[in-house]
Formats: sequence, C-alpha cells, structure tokens
Amino acid sequence: MADEAPFQFLHSELIQYIYKSADTEDTENGRNISKLENLGCRVGQGLIERLTKDAPRFKDELDIMKFICKDFWTCLFKKQIDNLRTNHQDSQFRLLSHLSAGKQYLDYAPKYLAFTCGLVRGALSNLGLRSVVTAEISDMPACKFQVLIQKM
Amino acid sequence: MSRQSNRTTDSKKMNSELFTLTYGALVTQLCKDYENDEEVNKQLDKMGYNIGVRLIEDFLARSTIGRCQDFRETADVIAKVAFKMYLGITPSVTNWSPAGDEFSLILENNPLADFVELPDNHNTLIYSNLLCGVLRGALEMVQMAVDVKFAQDTLRGDNVTEIRMKFIKRIEENLPAGEE
Repeated sequence: MADEAPFQFLHSELIQYIYKSADTEDTENGRNISKLENLGCRVGQGLIERLTKDAPRFKDELDIMKFICKDFWTCLFKKQIDNLRTNHQDSQFRLLSHLSAGKQYLDYAPKYLAFTCGLVRGALSNLGLRSVVTAEISDMPACKFQVLIQKM
Repeated sequence: MSRQSNRTTDSKKMNSELFTLTYGALVTQLCKDYENDEEVNKQLDKMGYNIGVRLIEDFLARSTIGRCQDFRETADVIAKVAFKMYLGITPSVTNWSPAGDEFSLILENNPLADFVELPDNHNTLIYSNLLCGVLRGALEMVQMAVDVKFAQDTLRGDNVTEIRMKFIKRIEENLPAGEE
C-alpha cells in the first residue's frame, strides 16, 4: 500500500544518513546501530502512547507481549507476528516474523532491524517494562526478535 | 465490535503516525548533529532529494499517469494524486504566476508537522524541508528542473503552509556520444 512507502523511503534514508555521518567504517558500526535503535525507541514510545490511549490496562507481561505481537505489529507492518514463544522463568520472548520479500540482503539486515528493535523497546518501556530487544536473521526471510524483560 | 472497526482506521493512522514520529526523530537528530538551522535545512533538502529520485519510480509504478503535457498538469498531478497517495492530503494549487511557470501548493494541515512545536532557538529551521527536496528530486527524474521552497509555514506562525514551486527549465535527456 502506498501509505507504507513514505516510511520505508524515510527509513532507508535515515540509515544512509547515520552511516554516512560516521567517521570510520567498522568500529563505528556498533554506535550506528545504537543510534538507529535509540531513534526507534523514541518513536516506539510515542506510538504506543497513541495506540493505547483508550485501551484498558494490561493484566501481565504476557498480555503486553501479545498486544505487541498483534495490535502493535499489525499497525506497523500490516501483519501479526507469526509466532511467539515464551520462557517465563527468564522473561524471555521470541517473536518470529517474515521479512517482506523486498529485503534480501543479509549484510544490511541488522541496519534495518535496529530501528524496529528500538520501536519494540520504546513501546515496552512506556508500558512499564524495561527490556533488551535484539533481532537475528538466521534463515532468510524469517526474522527472530528476542525480548528480554529486565526485572526492576 | 467497535474495536474491530477502530483497528482498521487505526492502522492507517498508525502508518502516518509512524512516519510523522520517525520524521520528528530525524529532525531532532539533525539538530543535534549540526550547529545551525541552515545546515539542517540543507541536509533535509538533500535527504529529500535522495528520496524523491526513488519515489518518482514508485509513484509512476502505482499510478497510471502518463507524461504531463505542461506545468499546470504537473501541478495537478502533484497535488491531487501524489500528495493524496503518499500523505493522504490534497493541497490546493493556487497563485499561478502570469507566465504560468510558478505556483503555490497550500496545505491546510501538514502531516509531517503533527504534534510538533518549534522551540524558540530554531527560528530559521524549515522543519518540513524534506518535502522540497522530494519534489525537486522527483521532478528532476522526469526532466524538469524546479525550484521549491516554503513560503509560509504553520509551525512558524503562519495560517497555512505554502510551498512555492517554480519551473526553471526542461532537462534534456543526455544521449550517448555518437547517437543523433
């Protein structure tokens, strides 16, 4: 749908900008990923506020994660997360999603995912959960997000 | 039941909010990285240009618009098709110059600037300057050199947001050497 295009173009350009303004190649890579992730975090915080403005309170962490996987993800990417696996003891959640067919390049993938990880982290933080969100692409086009909730 | 219908309108709204918030995060980052507003404006224009040269292909693929016959038609396509398609708004086309080479796009509301307020120390920041770059880049790819700038901006206290577009010249397609 055309309304996704502006964000996609902007996201690509944002990534280009962050990487171009870095001085060196490899050593800066971690910092650039962090920058992108932080930007995503700010946006995630804003978005979740808008999305949950009139929603009832969440019962527990799992409820929050289900919301992220269904409503939040659908609003962003027009589809739900394909699979949610939980590990209650460690408060770990694994979200499995298929990347859109357009993105075939494994090397660039971390750059594209950084922002999305930030989005999730920002959303969770405004729902009262501190977390670490990472993503990995082991089998293209499937992408696994790992959310580790940190106990306060 | 009402939750269901909220979901679909929310989805469209969320997409534009994702874009708006991401744009805001970008401008904030640029303001942090650059000393002054002029530099930020330039960066936004450059980034917009990069987006525009790619967006035009996306636009031509999605719409069935053929080549525009003249600048007036271009203006209409920009306002009624492109803006509607990508930003969900339809600016009005007004203030044509007598020569027909300049016009204004009046935006009653600017989705890029939703939720935005400019702080006092950024008086010369053209917040939505990305749009100027996008228009310039996109039109260059269809052989039109244009100058695009903001004439009015609601973020700076004006009543409306006005983008002024001026046709400079047609860009001749470069033929490889040896061909006629």
